[in-house]
Amino acid sequence: MGGTWEIITGNHAAAIAAKLARVKVVPAYPITPQTTIVEYIASFIESGQMDAEYIRVESEHSAMAAAIGASAAGVRAFTATASQGLLLMHEVVHWAAGSRLPIGMAVVNRAVGPPWNIHVDHQDSMSQRDTGWLQMYVSSNQEVLDTILMMFKVAESPEVLLPFMVCLDGFVLSHTYMPVNIPDQEEVDEFLPPYKPPHWSLDPENPITFGNLALPDEYQEMRWSMDMAMRRAHDVIERVVEEFRERFGRYHGGVVWEYKLEDADYVVIAMGTLASEAEVAVDELRDRGVRVGLLKVRSFRPFPHKEVLKALEDKRGAIVIDRSIAFSSGGPLGIEVKASIYNQLDLPIVNFITGLGGRDVTYQDVEQMVRESMDRILSDRVDRPYYWFKLKPEFEKAEIREGY
Amino acid sequence: MPLTIYDLMKEKGSYLPGSAACPGCGATLAFRIASRVLGPNTVYVVPASCFSVIQSPFPKSAVGAPLYNIAFPAAAATASGVWRAFKTLNKEVNVVVWAGDGGTVDIGLQALSGAAERGENIIYVCYDNEAYMNTGIQRSGATPPYALTKTTPTGKREPSKDMPLIVAAHRVPYVATASVGYPFDLAKKFEKAKRIKGFKYIHIFSPCPPGWDYPVEKTAEIGKLAVDTYFWPLYEIENGKLKITLKPRRKPLKEFIRLQGRFRKMSDEEIAELEKMVVERWKFLEHLEKSERIF
Repeated sequence: MGGTWEIITGNHAAAIAAKLARVKVVPAYPITPQTTIVEYIASFIESGQMDAEYIRVESEHSAMAAAIGASAAGVRAFTATASQGLLLMHEVVHWAAGSRLPIGMAVVNRAVGPPWNIHVDHQDSMSQRDTGWLQMYVSSNQEVLDTILMMFKVAESPEVLLPFMVCLDGFVLSHTYMPVNIPDQEEVDEFLPPYKPPHWSLDPENPITFGNLALPDEYQEMRWSMDMAMRRAHDVIERVVEEFRERFGRYHGGVVWEYKLEDADYVVIAMGTLASEAEVAVDELRDRGVRVGLLKVRSFRPFPHKEVLKALEDKRGAIVIDRSIAFSSGGPLGIEVKASIYNQLDLPIVNFITGLGGRDVTYQDVEQMVRESMDRILSDRVDRPYYWFKLKPEFEKAEIREGY
Repeated sequence: MPLTIYDLMKEKGSYLPGSAACPGCGATLAFRIASRVLGPNTVYVVPASCFSVIQSPFPKSAVGAPLYNIAFPAAAATASGVWRAFKTLNKEVNVVVWAGDGGTVDIGLQALSGAAERGENIIYVCYDNEAYMNTGIQRSGATPPYALTKTTPTGKREPSKDMPLIVAAHRVPYVATASVGYPFDLAKKFEKAKRIKGFKYIHIFSPCPPGWDYPVEKTAEIGKLAVDTYFWPLYEIENGKLKITLKPRRKPLKEFIRLQGRFRKMSDEEIAELEKMVVERWKFLEHLEKSERIF
């Protein structure tokens, strides 16, 4: 393995990834806990380490709109945001995907207001799940850097041509120092050649009008083609991940990452840094004779339905942990997992909502969720679509009292 | 070399026959002239506006230059991204926002202000038909007082925003007003904007037959009368210095007002009151013209 080792934060890793990817335009607006990403990039550009245009926009809506303009003009564009910033962007987040522009974005997951809360949960990026963006959730700083590099390659591939967001947990990764191997620029250049739009761009030599009115006779097929591209992205991710493993010797999983699943009776399914806690919990539980494994969902879009189904075959139950809530319905991950196995497996799924607004979820908590779930499964008491976990005692009582 | 009307007629422009515009549309008249001056080496960014429809539905297009449609509030930011990308590619291209008054003075104001303050090398054009016409005639921040719209059925009560001066206050190198009633003045301003580096803003008075309720053949006449009655003064602000580019012998405001159904509820007293405002504003501009720099 080449490259150099540094001890850096997740945000620093994201900024270095943008530099290594030779991004040409970075429109950016600061928001906690994303701020240091755009600060690092500004310093890379102003110190001459990075050859790119930095647009100090006046809002996140404009950040994404400017990234769209740059990508439409034919260059690689990158931005980063979190929480309210991502919500303000929402309109043009849709627009980027509809335009089939492979823009890259780091989303530093943070709760949404009110009340103000700068700590981690996934409500912000989950609110964007149906925009047509590829969504990857990561659980280490190395994975932040590597995944951004890989996802540019996936997004720009002619079968895909959709934008991507790499979601890293606020503070847990963004501000936490970890050793990260930073690959050499030449190696990255060979892995990720410069972006050349294969479909269309704003070129006076070849004028086209993009995005004008499409009547009902035309529109639906355009949406179908986005869905097709999203489904095709599944195999492209697996291909690119292997190519990356061959070249750089690192592997964080493809659309999913599996841990001790083969002989497991129960499977924990989680994303982001909660999956890291779950990994520890699996080891602890196995030490005490509980046969449990972990399925870390890395790619939420495209959703790995096949992998989930395969992982849950011949199992006794699944414990799905969500760090966001679809009010009155469940956790977004829980809902997807149920969809994956529906009509295929008759398997109890216990879906937990926890860790909102930065409430700490430790590996002991994951162990407790697994034990509670096993009790419910074994006594046939999986009686709700989802359960809240780690509410304060008086709220827990009210939750039990309420029906669903 | 000075631009002549003959030069203008020679240029093909980017407005192709067969658009989806209403008859007598002022915005298309403005685009026809502007695109002839700007030439084919131009990229247009268009936010939600009449022009989203005028260009005609997919898979056809009435615009012969690259054109990107973007969401309502975002045109100036998108154009910034386009220009910066061209900069990294060492391409010299005119990057032009072609927006209506809603996309400029209201929902697009924040992105416009940001791009102006950053000094993006783009030409921002507001074709101003003084209301939300694409959605069927609702008032905007550019709607003049007393005008009837579907959201001001008894007439607007507030004065409109002074958008050209708001942009000029960003200390950008070039701001101009224009009217489709004075096409040559309009063309000259585009020619100038094309040559200046930095953020340029051109605000074009663009009469709208269905929105203002007047016969379709009167667009040019109303565009002229707006200027001749001082309702829409033609001026430019180059590097902070204001110059009134046309000083007509003033006609009574009534001649402009009484041609349009949108002002039909105005009494003679109200017209006199508006005329007083219009003349005061003309004097204010003459006063500004005397300064070395207004910003």
